[in-house]
Amino acid sequence: MATVALGTGPTARLRRSVRPGHLTTASGVGLGVAMIWFSLLVLIPLSAVVVTAAGGGWTGFWSSVTNEQTAAAIRLTVGMAAVVTLINVVMGTLIAWVLVRDEFFGKRALEVLIDIPFALPTIVAGLVLLSLYGSDSPFGIDVANTRSAVFLAFLFVTLPFIVRMVQPVLAEIDPEVEQAAASLGASRFTTFRRVILPSLAPAITAGAALSFARGVSEYGSLVLLSGNLPFRTEVTSVRILSSVENNNLAGAASVATILLVISVAVMIAVEVLQRRMSRRG
Amino acid sequence: MVEARRRQPTALRWVFRAIVTTYLFLLVAGPVSLVVRHTFAEGLTDLQGIAEDPDVVHALRLTVVVALVSVVINTVFGVGISLLLVRYEFPGRRLLSAFVNLPLSVSPIVVGLSLVLVYGGRNGWFGPTLEAAGFQVVFATPAIVMATVFVALPLVVREVVPVLQEVGVEQEQAARSLGAGSLQTFRRITLPTIRWAVVYGVVLSLARSLGEFGAVKVVSGNVLGQTRTATLVVEEKYLNFDQGGAYATAFLLASISVACIVVVSIIRPREQRS
Repeated sequence: MATVALGTGPTARLRRSVRPGHLTTASGVGLGVAMIWFSLLVLIPLSAVVVTAAGGGWTGFWSSVTNEQTAAAIRLTVGMAAVVTLINVVMGTLIAWVLVRDEFFGKRALEVLIDIPFALPTIVAGLVLLSLYGSDSPFGIDVANTRSAVFLAFLFVTLPFIVRMVQPVLAEIDPEVEQAAASLGASRFTTFRRVILPSLAPAITAGAALSFARGVSEYGSLVLLSGNLPFRTEVTSVRILSSVENNNLAGAASVATILLVISVAVMIAVEVLQRRMSRRG
Repeated sequence: MVEARRRQPTALRWVFRAIVTTYLFLLVAGPVSLVVRHTFAEGLTDLQGIAEDPDVVHALRLTVVVALVSVVINTVFGVGISLLLVRYEFPGRRLLSAFVNLPLSVSPIVVGLSLVLVYGGRNGWFGPTLEAAGFQVVFATPAIVMATVFVALPLVVREVVPVLQEVGVEQEQAARSLGAGSLQTFRRITLPTIRWAVVYGVVLSLARSLGEFGAVKVVSGNVLGQTRTATLVVEEKYLNFDQGGAYATAFLLASISVACIVVVSIIRPREQRS
């Protein structure tokens, strides 16, 4: 199975690792080069966003993000990402369950389908959804330029996150524990709620955090699909882009800072959760 | 496991199976297959059309070159960082390990904006100095490469780190005690063990790099025949009512990324068996 890039991540098996050694001259130089590259590419540019946002002072920042149109975009993005994440919690766990515990013809094909939203270029994802749910939909469902389009695009791009987080954890759970619970008289629902769900909770939460972050930051799949109508279907990333295009870099940086805060919070949450998962083993 | 499966009520299992299959069909399989049908709706004319359009060919070539350069950079950087994170102790190691994953959750538009703020030619932090030295970053190929490297940065690291942690250092220490140098130990012991993880990382980075859209849109300037990449062509063609061209270009990009996914899903179980 292809646990594409979203598996339990770097820290998952830290418990089994051997104590790391001290830096040698060669590895010290390597670390230096890597840090310079990482700073030039990621750290300095991202701090530039925060510094530029702060450059206009608190009032500048506040007026940028509370601008009526921007505030509407932020509300839509965060609200929709939250709704989509809730759906993913249910559907993602269910999909992971079927992929781990069930065996049927075509399961391998479903495995590949899960990864497609991750690998497909976002602009193509938008086009793909438009072909089935756009103006010439064979079902007669046209969501183009409505809020449902934003919902659909978020649902598509965030599909793999919870599935890929939960799958390996679920595969590790020993079915004997469930049998023991059942033999002690627990119903299937009780077994799930009291025995399985607690072990899955950190994985589901980490996946939900990633799914939320991805939804909030989505841009490409919406370009063709949502129409970017102000107050209706315009998301935060689109707002930032139009500020950039109008050469209002300070305003763009202010709104971008909000997205950045969400990204960093999610990153920390996932890191903490994965550390907890690896301790449980 | 088999017993547990037998205990599960069949009706419920079928309901779950049906829900999941329907959901994935409506959300992924259905839409993707329709794009294939749209592409070949008029036979091969649309694909021929883009193959003969010099601007599209240029965009595709640019996309491929940028993706290859980015993958090489991310592979070297990814393997290096993974080794440092797993094998060495240094101040800020945990912080670095967390920050390496950050690009996964940053909006592509924010990535583009951040690069413009630092490397923009007119009022970026470093941009004017670099431009005075005759090196244009933003609205030129270097920024497209940087944006692409940024968004695909964690993919190799996330594949390689767990494998390095799993195998431990015994073999490397044995090689060292037998007199092998650092380079020899890396080439003969470490590299073979992480080989498949690196391959997955490369394949995933390639898919991600070919498809980057938002970040590239901000930094590239989108100049026809110069800095317009394949994903930007899809948008431009669609908005200019050239649906055939848009679908054909999208089909090309989609087939590469789907091929990447299929390659990963085929080679991974083989490695697990061995």
